[in-house]
Amino acid sequence: MDCKGQTCPVPLVEARKAIRKAKPGDVIVITGTHPASKKEIPMAAEAAQVEVLEVKQDGEVWTIKLRR
Amino acid sequence: MANRTTIIVHSGDMDKLYSALIVGNGSLAMGMECNLFFTFWGLQRLKKGGLEKGNLSKMNMLGLGKAMVKKMMRKQNVASLEKLMQDYKELGGRIIACEMTMEIMRIKKEDLRTDLIDEYGAVGTYVQQAKDSSITLFI
Repeated sequence: MDCKGQTCPVPLVEARKAIRKAKPGDVIVITGTHPASKKEIPMAAEAAQVEVLEVKQDGEVWTIKLRR
Repeated sequence: MANRTTIIVHSGDMDKLYSALIVGNGSLAMGMECNLFFTFWGLQRLKKGGLEKGNLSKMNMLGLGKAMVKKMMRKQNVASLEKLMQDYKELGGRIIACEMTMEIMRIKKEDLRTDLIDEYGAVGTYVQQAKDSSITLFI
Protein backbone atom coordinates (compact mmCIF):
# COMPACT_ATOMS: atom_id res chain seq x y z
CA MET A 1 0.00 0.00 0.00
CA ASP A 2 1.30 3.41 -0.95
CA CYS A 3 0.39 6.24 1.44
CA LYS A 4 3.18 8.60 0.40
CA GLY A 5 2.05 12.23 0.70
CA GLN A 6 -1.04 11.28 2.74
CA THR A 7 -1.53 12.87 6.12
CA CYS A 8 -3.31 12.07 9.41
CA PRO A 9 -5.36 9.91 9.76
CA VAL A 10 -5.26 8.35 6.26
CA PRO A 11 -2.16 6.08 6.55
CA LEU A 12 -3.38 4.70 9.89
CA VAL A 13 -6.89 4.12 8.52
CA GLU A 14 -5.58 2.49 5.33
CA ALA A 15 -3.34 0.23 7.44
CA ARG A 16 -6.35 -0.85 9.49
CA LYS A 17 -8.39 -1.52 6.33
CA ALA A 18 -5.56 -3.69 4.97
CA ILE A 19 -5.28 -5.60 8.26
CA ARG A 20 -9.03 -6.28 8.20
CA LYS A 21 -8.89 -7.55 4.61
CA ALA A 22 -5.76 -9.70 5.05
CA LYS A 23 -5.97 -13.44 5.62
CA PRO A 24 -3.84 -15.09 8.32
CA GLY A 25 -0.26 -15.31 7.08
CA ASP A 26 -0.66 -12.45 4.56
CA VAL A 27 2.13 -9.87 4.51
CA ILE A 28 1.11 -6.19 4.30
CA VAL A 29 3.63 -3.61 3.09
CA ILE A 30 2.83 0.06 3.69
CA THR A 31 4.94 2.97 2.51
CA GLY A 32 4.40 6.57 3.53
CA THR A 33 5.90 9.90 4.48
CA HIS A 34 3.67 11.09 7.37
CA PRO A 35 6.04 10.94 10.40
CA ALA A 36 3.51 10.14 13.18
CA SER A 37 2.05 7.22 11.22
CA LYS A 38 5.41 5.45 11.24
CA LYS A 39 5.09 5.24 15.02
CA GLU A 40 1.33 4.68 15.16
CA ILE A 41 0.83 1.94 12.53
CA PRO A 42 2.95 -0.53 14.59
CA MET A 43 0.79 0.40 17.64
CA ALA A 44 -2.37 -0.33 15.65
CA ALA A 45 -0.84 -3.61 14.44
CA GLU A 46 -0.07 -4.62 18.01
CA ALA A 47 -3.66 -3.82 19.07
CA ALA A 48 -4.89 -6.08 16.23
CA GLN A 49 -2.37 -8.77 17.25
CA VAL A 50 -0.60 -8.47 13.93
CA GLU A 51 3.14 -9.08 13.79
CA VAL A 52 5.42 -6.15 12.86
CA LEU A 53 8.14 -7.64 10.64
CA GLU A 54 10.06 -4.49 9.75
CA VAL A 55 10.07 -0.68 10.08
CA LYS A 56 12.50 1.01 7.72
CA GLN A 57 13.28 4.66 6.97
CA ASP A 58 14.85 5.72 3.69
CA GLY A 59 15.11 9.51 3.44
CA GLU A 60 11.58 10.83 3.88
CA VAL A 61 9.93 7.54 3.07
CA TRP A 62 9.22 4.84 5.61
CA THR A 63 8.24 1.25 4.90
CA ILE A 64 6.40 -0.93 7.38
CA LYS A 65 5.99 -4.68 6.90
CA LEU A 66 3.27 -6.52 8.84
CA ARG A 67 2.16 -10.15 8.92
CA ARG A 68 -1.41 -11.03 9.88
CA MET B 1 -14.50 -0.94 30.67
CA ALA B 2 -15.09 -1.69 27.03
CA ASN B 3 -12.51 -0.85 24.43
CA ARG B 4 -14.82 1.76 22.95
CA THR B 5 -14.96 5.49 22.13
CA THR B 6 -18.24 7.41 22.29
CA ILE B 7 -18.33 11.02 21.08
CA ILE B 8 -21.18 13.53 21.24
CA VAL B 9 -20.97 15.57 18.04
CA HIS B 10 -22.82 18.71 19.14
CA SER B 11 -21.03 21.22 16.94
CA GLY B 12 -21.69 21.53 13.23
CA ASP B 13 -18.49 23.50 12.64
CA MET B 14 -16.25 22.09 9.94
CA ASP B 15 -13.09 21.99 12.07
CA LYS B 16 -14.87 20.27 14.95
CA LEU B 17 -16.38 17.70 12.61
CA TYR B 18 -12.82 16.96 11.47
CA SER B 19 -11.85 16.43 15.13
CA ALA B 20 -14.75 14.03 15.70
CA LEU B 21 -14.17 11.99 12.54
CA ILE B 22 -10.40 11.87 12.99
CA VAL B 23 -10.68 10.66 16.60
CA GLY B 24 -13.39 8.23 15.48
CA ASN B 25 -11.27 6.81 12.67
CA GLY B 26 -8.22 6.72 14.93
CA SER B 27 -10.15 4.76 17.54
CA LEU B 28 -11.28 2.20 14.96
CA ALA B 29 -7.76 1.98 13.53
CA MET B 30 -6.39 1.27 17.02
CA GLY B 31 -8.81 -1.63 17.33
CA MET B 32 -11.57 0.04 19.37
CA GLU B 33 -15.29 0.29 18.72
CA CYS B 34 -16.70 3.77 18.12
CA ASN B 35 -20.03 5.59 18.38
CA LEU B 36 -20.63 9.11 17.10
CA PHE B 37 -23.79 10.60 18.62
CA PHE B 38 -24.89 13.46 16.34
CA THR B 39 -27.02 16.07 18.09
CA PHE B 40 -28.06 19.71 17.71
CA TRP B 41 -25.83 21.57 15.23
CA GLY B 42 -23.90 18.38 14.60
CA LEU B 43 -27.03 16.64 13.32
CA GLN B 44 -27.39 19.30 10.60
CA ARG B 45 -24.27 17.80 9.04
CA LEU B 46 -26.04 14.47 8.56
CA LYS B 47 -28.64 16.12 6.33
CA LYS B 48 -28.37 15.22 2.66
CA GLY B 49 -25.59 17.39 1.20
CA GLY B 50 -24.80 18.85 4.63
CA LEU B 51 -21.53 17.19 5.60
CA GLU B 52 -19.16 19.80 4.17
CA LYS B 53 -21.42 22.79 4.87
CA GLY B 54 -20.12 23.73 8.33
CA ASN B 55 -18.29 26.99 8.98
CA LEU B 56 -14.99 27.40 10.81
CA SER B 57 -15.49 27.71 14.58
CA LYS B 58 -13.08 30.68 14.61
CA MET B 59 -12.02 33.22 11.99
CA ASN B 60 -14.69 32.09 9.54
CA MET B 61 -14.97 35.68 8.26
CA LEU B 62 -18.17 35.06 6.26
CA GLY B 63 -16.62 32.02 4.65
CA LEU B 64 -13.32 33.63 3.66
CA GLY B 65 -11.47 31.96 6.52
CA LYS B 66 -13.04 28.62 5.68
CA ALA B 67 -11.98 28.94 2.03
CA MET B 68 -8.40 29.74 3.12
CA VAL B 69 -8.24 26.81 5.52
CA LYS B 70 -9.70 24.48 2.86
CA LYS B 71 -7.03 25.65 0.42
CA MET B 72 -4.31 24.98 2.99
CA MET B 73 -5.78 21.56 3.72
CA ARG B 74 -5.86 20.65 0.03
CA LYS B 75 -2.19 21.66 -0.23
CA GLN B 76 -1.38 19.34 2.69
CA ASN B 77 -3.48 16.58 1.10
CA VAL B 78 -5.93 16.37 4.04
CA ALA B 79 -8.82 13.97 3.36
CA SER B 80 -12.32 15.43 2.85
CA LEU B 81 -14.99 14.95 5.52
CA GLU B 82 -16.83 12.72 3.04
CA LYS B 83 -13.80 10.41 2.71
CA LEU B 84 -13.33 10.32 6.49
CA MET B 85 -17.01 9.43 6.86
CA GLN B 86 -16.74 6.62 4.27
CA ASP B 87 -13.60 5.28 6.01
CA TYR B 88 -15.34 5.50 9.38
CA LYS B 89 -18.26 3.40 8.11
CA GLU B 90 -15.99 0.94 6.30
CA LEU B 91 -14.07 0.29 9.53
CA GLY B 92 -17.33 -0.47 11.36
CA GLY B 93 -17.98 2.86 13.09
CA ARG B 94 -21.52 3.48 14.35
CA ILE B 95 -23.58 6.64 13.93
CA ILE B 96 -26.43 7.54 16.27
CA ALA B 97 -28.84 10.37 15.37
CA CYS B 98 -30.47 12.35 18.19
CA GLU B 99 -34.27 11.97 18.04
CA MET B 100 -34.87 14.97 20.29
CA THR B 101 -32.99 17.26 17.90
CA MET B 102 -35.03 15.80 15.04
CA GLU B 103 -38.22 16.74 16.88
CA ILE B 104 -37.09 20.24 17.94
CA MET B 105 -35.66 21.16 14.56
CA ARG B 106 -38.36 19.32 12.62
CA ILE B 107 -35.90 17.12 10.79
CA LYS B 108 -37.48 14.09 9.14
CA LYS B 109 -35.68 10.80 8.57
CA GLU B 110 -35.89 11.36 4.83
CA ASP B 111 -33.95 14.66 5.26
CA LEU B 112 -31.03 12.68 6.71
CA ARG B 113 -28.48 10.35 5.14
CA THR B 114 -30.14 7.27 6.55
CA ASP B 115 -27.55 5.02 4.87
CA LEU B 116 -24.98 6.30 7.39
CA ILE B 117 -27.17 6.10 10.51
CA ASP B 118 -27.19 2.88 12.57
CA GLU B 119 -29.51 3.98 15.32
CA TYR B 120 -31.93 6.74 16.34
CA GLY B 121 -31.86 7.50 20.04
CA ALA B 122 -31.91 9.97 22.90
CA VAL B 123 -29.85 10.59 26.01
CA GLY B 124 -30.42 7.07 27.32
CA THR B 125 -28.80 5.61 24.21
CA TYR B 126 -25.78 7.86 24.69
CA VAL B 127 -25.41 7.01 28.40
CA GLN B 128 -25.84 3.30 27.70
CA GLN B 129 -22.92 3.45 25.25
CA ALA B 130 -20.81 5.96 27.20
CA LYS B 131 -20.88 4.13 30.52
CA ASP B 132 -18.97 1.29 28.92
CA SER B 133 -16.63 3.48 26.89
CA SER B 134 -13.06 4.09 27.97
CA ILE B 135 -13.02 7.30 25.91
CA THR B 136 -15.95 9.69 25.73
CA LEU B 137 -15.83 13.25 24.38
CA PHE B 138 -18.15 16.17 23.75
CA ILE B 139 -17.26 18.07 20.59
